[in-house]
Amino acid sequence: MAKHALRLVAVAYVLFLLVLPVILIIWRTFGDGLAPFVEALTSPSALHAFKVTLTVAGWAVVANTVFGVVTAILLVRHQFPGKQLLGAFIDLPMAVSPVVVGLALILVYGRFAPFGGLLESWGIQVIFSTPGMVLATVFVALPLVVRAIVPVLEELGDEQEQAAHTLGASRLQTFVRITLPGIRWALGYGIVLCLARSLGEYGAVAVVSGRLVDQTQTLTLFVEERFQNFDQPAAFAAATALALIAVVTLLLTKLLRPKDRIDGN
Amino acid sequence: MTREVTAITVRPARRLAGGTAAGLGVAVIYLSLIVLIPLAAVVWRSADQGPGYFWRSVTTPDAWAALTLTIGASALVALINLVMGTAIAWVLVRDRFPGRRVLDTIIDLPFALPTIVAGLVLLALYGPQSPLGINLAYSRAGVVLALMFVTLPFVVRTVQPVLLELDTEMEQAAASLGAGPFQTFRRVILPNLVPAMLSGTALAFTRAISEFGSTVLISGNLPFKTQVAAVNIFSQIEGDNTTGAAAISTVLLVVALVALVSLDVLQRWGRRRG
Repeated sequence: MAKHALRLVAVAYVLFLLVLPVILIIWRTFGDGLAPFVEALTSPSALHAFKVTLTVAGWAVVANTVFGVVTAILLVRHQFPGKQLLGAFIDLPMAVSPVVVGLALILVYGRFAPFGGLLESWGIQVIFSTPGMVLATVFVALPLVVRAIVPVLEELGDEQEQAAHTLGASRLQTFVRITLPGIRWALGYGIVLCLARSLGEYGAVAVVSGRLVDQTQTLTLFVEERFQNFDQPAAFAAATALALIAVVTLLLTKLLRPKDRIDGN
Repeated sequence: MTREVTAITVRPARRLAGGTAAGLGVAVIYLSLIVLIPLAAVVWRSADQGPGYFWRSVTTPDAWAALTLTIGASALVALINLVMGTAIAWVLVRDRFPGRRVLDTIIDLPFALPTIVAGLVLLALYGPQSPLGINLAYSRAGVVLALMFVTLPFVVRTVQPVLLELDTEMEQAAASLGAGPFQTFRRVILPNLVPAMLSGTALAFTRAISEFGSTVLISGNLPFKTQVAAVNIFSQIEGDNTTGAAAISTVLLVVALVALVSLDVLQRWGRRRG
């Protein structure tokens, strides 16, 4: 009896907090068929927002993937002073509010900040422009790739890498032929998480982008701006598109989750 | 003979060090330019007009109201998660029913869903046009609801693996010695779960105090009533008061840091006990 009561409470909690709200918005979006949805998402502003989102997320994912692989290998395979500190700093972005991320970047890369002023004099505008949005997105998604790879690298051990090295393989060969195949699922998992976080970032991008419609507006900013301007169909359509991306991400991470498939074969 | 031996052992070590140095250099520069220097700039800016100004910025009526609301609501949400997160983890591990795997997958949805979308979907079900007739828009209950949504996975995902590893032999032993189910839970299971429950709660609290996107639409951002700290910082940045914004940001950073350090202490404590 108690068992059934607990099950009921847990399922009802998740149903009313997560499932029903998401289903309702999808239902409202497609209530009048597919045409209004497509129409709302193919308006020039929406298409521009898609483009900005993909550009920013693309750069952020590439940067964090390279950084993530290098740092994970450093943390697991190498010894150096300050290693624990580096590990702690990598998790720091998780504890920082997205708005504080935005403020932090403005204080360093803003037009009137020393560093931002210098870049401005070279003709590079960071804040209120794409580079700033990429920086903000990199910041919030920074730990995801590292944290996905580290446990798998630890699990794999370095015997095969040592063997390859002994047999005369170069560092690059060892990485491409031994390390990379071993961590590929974990890397995929980390990249999917990183991409989802990058596509969905709102707060940090809201601060550094200046929220200029048709210029620095990403899809999440588009949702907010359309909603505040009483254009519910467009806001709901874009939100549904983002929610569907989230659901796909969820299923992908389920497939790639390193816990279930540590192999290397 | 000895020379040869030294050459063999030293060379790979030195090459390793060279590669390590290059990779480390890149990683440290990347981390510094994007995370460390900007965060240091926030703390620096918050202090650059002296401690008096810092204190006045944090205690302006609207900033103080936002900070107390944020910390109070986050503590409440952390407590709700402590209970509900553990219950959900229990159901996922120990219960068997159709749809359990779907439930297990759905728990991670708040991690994947953009926060602004989370706010919008909650507003659809619990806003002015609610089909349930529940309107929490522009109320503190709405803020709590948004924070509950985004923090749901933390306790579930920290307790679940511990529960999976837990041996049922001890429980059977307790039961065979005459302990009732409640006694078994309190005396045998709970002590093993407490460290994980508390660290999940600390993570949920840290996430809640820094939350921005999900509260924007449902709270209406009314100063003194529903404005959370992150929104207050946002409006100060828009109003070009970066020093005030930096002061409140620093308070948030310190509170998060305190929560995370206590989490670390808790985990060490848990490991010593385990």
